Amino acid sequence: MEYIIETQDITKKYDDFTAVNGVNLKVPKNSVYGVLGPNGAGKTTLISMLCTILHPTSGSAKVNGYDVSQNPKQVRESIGIVFQSRALDDMLTGREHLQMHASLYGVPKDVREKRIEEILDLIALGQKADEFVKTYSGGMKRRLEIGRGLIHHPKVLFLDEPTLGLDPQTRESIWEYIKELNKHQDVSVLMTTHYMEEADKLCDEVAIINQGQIITANSPKNLKRELKADTITMQVDKLEKFTRLAEKLDFVKEIFVKDSEIKLMVERGENLVAELVNFANQNNIFVYSIELEHPNLEDVFLKYTGRTIQGER
Amino acid sequence: MAELEGIYTIWLRENKRFLRYRSRILTSVVTPLLWLLIFGTGLGSAVRFGNIPGGYQAFLFPGIIGQTILFTSIFSGLSVIQDRQFGFLKEILVAPISRPSIVLGKAIGISTTAILQGLVLLILSFVVNVPMTIPVLMASLVIILIISLGLSGLGLLIASFTDSMEGFNLIMSFIVMPIFLLSGALFPVTGLPSWLQVAVYLDPLTYGVDALRGIILQSSAMPLHVDLAVIIFFASVMILISALVFSKKEQSLM
Repeated sequence: MEYIIETQDITKKYDDFTAVNGVNLKVPKNSVYGVLGPNGAGKTTLISMLCTILHPTSGSAKVNGYDVSQNPKQVRESIGIVFQSRALDDMLTGREHLQMHASLYGVPKDVREKRIEEILDLIALGQKADEFVKTYSGGMKRRLEIGRGLIHHPKVLFLDEPTLGLDPQTRESIWEYIKELNKHQDVSVLMTTHYMEEADKLCDEVAIINQGQIITANSPKNLKRELKADTITMQVDKLEKFTRLAEKLDFVKEIFVKDSEIKLMVERGENLVAELVNFANQNNIFVYSIELEHPNLEDVFLKYTGRTIQGER
Repeated sequence: MAELEGIYTIWLRENKRFLRYRSRILTSVVTPLLWLLIFGTGLGSAVRFGNIPGGYQAFLFPGIIGQTILFTSIFSGLSVIQDRQFGFLKEILVAPISRPSIVLGKAIGISTTAILQGLVLLILSFVVNVPMTIPVLMASLVIILIISLGLSGLGLLIASFTDSMEGFNLIMSFIVMPIFLLSGALFPVTGLPSWLQVAVYLDPLTYGVDALRGIILQSSAMPLHVDLAVIIFFASVMILISALVFSKKEQSLM
């Protein structure tokens, strides 16, 4: 497999605090790669080193084949960045932001106007393209920043918490947009997020980072499968009898009764639903309802770090 | 070529910003006029000022131009602090252009706005009965350009060591006001007590104001070539140091 970003034991230390601790990251070309972790886990520090904003204390990283310490200029030419905090000038228009960025990144003059029109189309600013950025909504500002990051056709787009502070509707539209982008443009995306849902929906692969270290990396689907813990929730007419019998089934790892519901922890729950219903019927127990739940990334995170991602700042 | 384009881009933004803050353009003309008309007339009536035709008001005129350039250049240089707070500086600093180009683009952009202001003031010279000719106007603009490059370099340098606008009052009290008051904008720099004399000659703006006075009023404390040498030296050193500091400190600026 070809990797667009590779890091080797990359580390950033501030005095006695280690923000990023020996991270080895491999981001496949043309993928959407997520770095998932709580606030303060070192996500932004990691991304800043990859963008040449911070020098690593030790270790190295290659972006698009260029070393971030030795060839920062080539790295900068290969990447587009959308920062976590806004990086727009209120007194310029959307179009002017794109023009400025295009000339700073040396987009050839003859294709510049065409690219700007393409991007304006893509980010759907409409009439607002020629108004000052201070009149834009949060979603429009974000779209403008993402569009700006694309205008010089970068090989990698870095998105640091792209939907932080946006309303759910805008968030959905940004997700759609990132997906489309990855599908139709020759660009790999590295994004950080602390929204599980975002990582789950968008990313081909996710690295979970906590206290500066990568704990695990895999596709969201595999990560969840690793947990081996689907939850089957059932409602039956003879609660106690069923619980007593079900406890003896060898595929049931744990069983809880909560109010009138029975919760069974199992592996690969999709294969077991029918079996459980049959089992109940054989014992003259009537099943009112049965529901299967796969674990979400939140559960994955909980398993690896012992705390929820939103838990503490 | 790419660097030139980068300098141009940053220059263009600086000018767009200046022209869009209408209130700033207005104050940059009104404040000097207030000084000239109220302070100039007031003090001019109280003191005898016989050595220049036009009296104290005329004497004050080049000084107030110097003051306007000082405030514009330093404060525009300080706008980098705001750029940093709003995150826009990051956008510029991660671009594949060199740090000296960024500093140069900024400084030339600021100087352009200073020249525009200077031009307006020079045209308004009739208000204080100072005759103005095209050669005098052009020569004055050249001096304004050089002073402004130096002072915007100083502004950028201060900005690179300042995290927030909180420090604004400190910069005002300890840097901007002393430069203004010591520059001889308001009083002649000859015949002063020796402690003040020394401080006045350490102030780079003294030479700028003196050069303007020499060109506009044909009356200066020092020969023009000395003034020119000092302000050119000051401008080169300031731009060089801030370019150096921006390159060295780029990490902490983002």
